[in-house]
Amino acid sequence: MIMRRSIAPVLAVLVAAGCASGTARTSGSPSPATTAAKPATQDTSGRIGSQYPSTYTRHPNPPVLIRNATIMTAAGQEIQGGSILFKDGRIVAVGTNVQAPSDATVVDGTGKWVTPGVIDVHSHLGVYAAPGTFAESDGNEATRPVTAEVWAEHSFWPQDPQIPLAIEGGVTTIQALPGSANLIGGRSAVLKLIPARTVQEMKFPGAHYGLKMACGENPKRVYGQRGGPSTRMGNMAGYREAFIAAQGYRQKWDKWDKDHQGDPPERNLRNETLAEVLRGNIYVQNHCYRADEMAQMLDLAREFGFKIRAFHHAVEAYKIADLLARDGTAAAMWSDWWGFKEEAMDGIHENAALVEQAGAKADIHSDDPGGIQRLNQEAAKAMYAGRRAGIPITRDQAVRWFTANPAWILGLDSIVGTLEPGKMADVVLWSGDPLSVYARAVQVYNDGWLVYDRNDPTHQPKTDFTLGQGGPQQ
Amino acid sequence: MIAFLLAQTIAITGGTVYPVSGPKIENATVLIRDGRIAAVGTSVAVPAGATRIDASGKWVTPGFLDGAGQMGLREISAVNNTNESSVSGDPVAASFNVLEGINPASTLIAVNRIEGITTTLAVPNGSLILGQAVLIDLDGRTIEAMRVKSPAAMVADLSEGSKDAGGGSRAGVAQRLRQVLNDAREYGTRRADFRRNQIQNLSASAADLEALQPVLRGELPLLVIANRRSDIETALRIAKEYKLKLILAGVAEGWMIPDEIAAAGVPVLVEPLDNIPSYDALGIRYENAPLLAKGGVKIALMETATENTRDLRQEAGNAVASGMTWDQALRAVTLTPAEIFGVADRYGSLEAGKIANVVVWTGDPFEFSTGVDHVFIRGRDIPLRSRQTELLERYRTLPPKY
Repeated sequence: MIMRRSIAPVLAVLVAAGCASGTARTSGSPSPATTAAKPATQDTSGRIGSQYPSTYTRHPNPPVLIRNATIMTAAGQEIQGGSILFKDGRIVAVGTNVQAPSDATVVDGTGKWVTPGVIDVHSHLGVYAAPGTFAESDGNEATRPVTAEVWAEHSFWPQDPQIPLAIEGGVTTIQALPGSANLIGGRSAVLKLIPARTVQEMKFPGAHYGLKMACGENPKRVYGQRGGPSTRMGNMAGYREAFIAAQGYRQKWDKWDKDHQGDPPERNLRNETLAEVLRGNIYVQNHCYRADEMAQMLDLAREFGFKIRAFHHAVEAYKIADLLARDGTAAAMWSDWWGFKEEAMDGIHENAALVEQAGAKADIHSDDPGGIQRLNQEAAKAMYAGRRAGIPITRDQAVRWFTANPAWILGLDSIVGTLEPGKMADVVLWSGDPLSVYARAVQVYNDGWLVYDRNDPTHQPKTDFTLGQGGPQQ
Repeated sequence: MIAFLLAQTIAITGGTVYPVSGPKIENATVLIRDGRIAAVGTSVAVPAGATRIDASGKWVTPGFLDGAGQMGLREISAVNNTNESSVSGDPVAASFNVLEGINPASTLIAVNRIEGITTTLAVPNGSLILGQAVLIDLDGRTIEAMRVKSPAAMVADLSEGSKDAGGGSRAGVAQRLRQVLNDAREYGTRRADFRRNQIQNLSASAADLEALQPVLRGELPLLVIANRRSDIETALRIAKEYKLKLILAGVAEGWMIPDEIAAAGVPVLVEPLDNIPSYDALGIRYENAPLLAKGGVKIALMETATENTRDLRQEAGNAVASGMTWDQALRAVTLTPAEIFGVADRYGSLEAGKIANVVVWTGDPFEFSTGVDHVFIRGRDIPLRSRQTELLERYRTLPPKY
C-alpha cells in the first residue's frame, strides 16, 4: 500500500469556506513530511487487503504555476485571472495572487481555463480494449449470472490504445468496470489514467473497490436461454440469493476473526467480495436504467443493510430523483443517450439537471471509449438543456458532474475532484471554456505529472499497440 | 380561407442569416411562402398579413441534413421487430429500397427535428450491396409527404463488415462486386436473352441487376462504406473502371490520401468524432475531417447514431475544434450533403425558390449553449414537442401528475 499524505482535515475547512473569494488559499499543512497514511479504505477482513497491492508512485516533477487563467475549482468558484500552484503532486494554492517558487515551471494560462482532472466512474477501457477483437474482449465473465469473484483489474490491459485518447480528453481517474451481462459482474478497478506497464502501477492508492451489479435487460438476455434469470423477478431473486450466502459467510468470518476458535472458515472468493459490500467497504456501482427497478434495488440494499453508491446509466433517474436524494444514492448518467434499447427509451436531456435539482448527486459518465474523451462536452449539453428547461444549473455544478461528484462516487472526494489546496494535483488546462464545444485539453497533469501536452509531442503518450501503426510505409 | 392562405407566408426578420450559398447577412429577412423560400436579404418587403417571426439576435440557417442513419427504419435498435433496415439472406440486395419501411410516426423524428435536423438519409443495413437509401424530410404524415428523393443512392460496403460476402477476403469482396457489376452490365444489354434463358447464370437476381442499371449509367450514386486506406483506394479503382458516380462514407483513413480522393472528384461522408482504432481503420483520428477539407475533398459530416442524429451539431463543432473552418463545417451539414445527394436545386441553402427548411437558433448552432427557437420544414413551423418534452413536463415536479 502506497502511503498518501493525510489531507482530509485541511479539506474539511476549505469545503466549509465555499466562498466566491478570489484570493489565494494555501494548505495549512504543506509539508510533505506530515505524510500520515490515510487510505480511504481497507478490506477489514485483512485477508485480501495486502494482496494485489497498488504499486503506484508519483512521478517526480518540478512545481508548476499556471497563471492568468480562468480557474473552475468545482468547489464553488470560477476565478478570473487566477493562478494555481502545485508541487509534489499536491495543489498548494489557488487564487489571484499566487507566488511561484523559483524552481517552478510557469505556464501562461491567458485565455485558457483550468478544471480538476476529469473522472469517469463508468469505463471499460482496458477490459474492452481496442482494436476490439475477441482477443481483447475481457469485460464480461458471462459464464454464470453471479461472478462477484472476478476483478476487473485482472483483465485490464494497460496498452489499450484508447487510454491515451482518454488522457487527451482530460481524464485523470477512471473506474474500469466489468460489463453488464451478469447480475453481479465483479470488482471494479479504480485507476490513475497514466502510461504504465502494469495495472498495479495505475491502481489508485486507497480507493474503494466497486461491485458491478446490473439490472434489467442484459442479464435476462444473456441467461434467459441458459438457465436463467430470464425475468426481472429472476434478477431480483439472483441478487438476494447471493447476498444471503454472503451474510452467512460474513458471520462465520466475523466470529472467527473475533475468537479464533478452531480452523478458519474456508475462503470463498465470491462471498469474500460480497461480504465486503455488506461491511460497507466495497461500493455498489449498479447499472440500472428504469426508475421502477432502481426503486427495487434501493429496497434490496435495505434488506441487506448496504448502500448503493450510484446507479449507472440511470436514464430514468429523473423519475425517482427524490428517492435517490432520500437514500443518498448518486445517479451517473449520459447527457443524451436514449432509445438504443427498450429500457433506454425514456432518456431525456434534462435528466442530470432534474437529479441535481432534487438534491441528489448527479454525475456524467461515459461507458464509451469515445464519450470518455469529451465528458466536459456531455456535461455542458446536460447543463444547457437543464437551463433551457428553466432548471438553474450553475457552471460549477456542471463541472462537478465530471469531477467532484464522480470523486464522491468512488469515495475519493477527500483526495481528488476539486481544485483546492491539499488536493492531489490532477489538473486540466483547456484551450477555452470547457463547457464550449470548441475547447480542447491543452495540458493534463496527473498527480502533478504532465501526462499530456497538446503542443509538445514529447508529452503525447502512445501505447505499445500504436507503435508502427502510422499507415503504409512511405 | 383567407386566413389559411395568409398563414402560408412567414417572415423571419432581424436575424443574422447564414444562407450558406453566400456570406452571412446581418439583420436580414427570410420570407417563406407556400413551403418555399421566397426571398432572402436586407431589403425584403414583408407582405401585409404575413406571420412575423422576430429573430433579432438569433442565427438563421438552413435545416441540417444528415447523410447517415436509419431514421424511420428502426425505433429501437435492440428490438428486431422495430427494425426495417435490412432484408436477410442475400448480400446483394440492390433492389431493396427502404422507402416503404419508413414509419412516419417514429418517435425519433420529432426528437431530432426539434434540434435542427430537417432532412436525413435513411440507409439500408446489410453487406456488400445493401440496397437503396432514400432522402426524407422529417415531417409528414405519409411516406409520400416525407420523401425528398428515392432512391438517393445505392449503398455498398467495402469495409471489413462485408468480408463474409467475399468469402472471407477483401479481395473476394472486390471480385464479387465486380462480378455483380459485370453481370448487371450484361443483363442491361441482353434482357431478352436473359428472359429466354439464353445467357449464362448471372450472379444476382434480375431485380437486383435491373436496380443497378442507373448506377452503371452514372445516374444513381454508389455510396461505398470504406475506412481503411486500401479499401478507399479499391472503391476509387472500381468506380473508375465502371465510370460510377461514387460517394465514400466512413473514410476513416481518408486523411492519408486527400489528394487521391480530391483528384477523383469523389465526395465523402465523415463522422468527425470517430477515433477509436480497429483493424478496419487503425489510422482513424479526429483530424480526418479537417485534413480532408484542407486537401480539397468535398466533405459532408454525419452522425451515425440514428436516435441522436441531433448530435450532428456536436460533430460539426468538434470538426471545427479539430481544424475545420466554421464555414466549412456549416456547409458540410447543409449545402454539401444536398449537393452530394443531388438535391441542391431544392435543399441546403437559404435562397429564393428552395424548399423552406429553415432553423432559427439562439446562437451558434454548434454550441451547447444554443437552443432552437423555430424549425421550419417545407415552411411548416414545427411544434417544438416530442416524446421527450412530454416526459420532461410529466416529471418536472415529483411525484408526477398521471
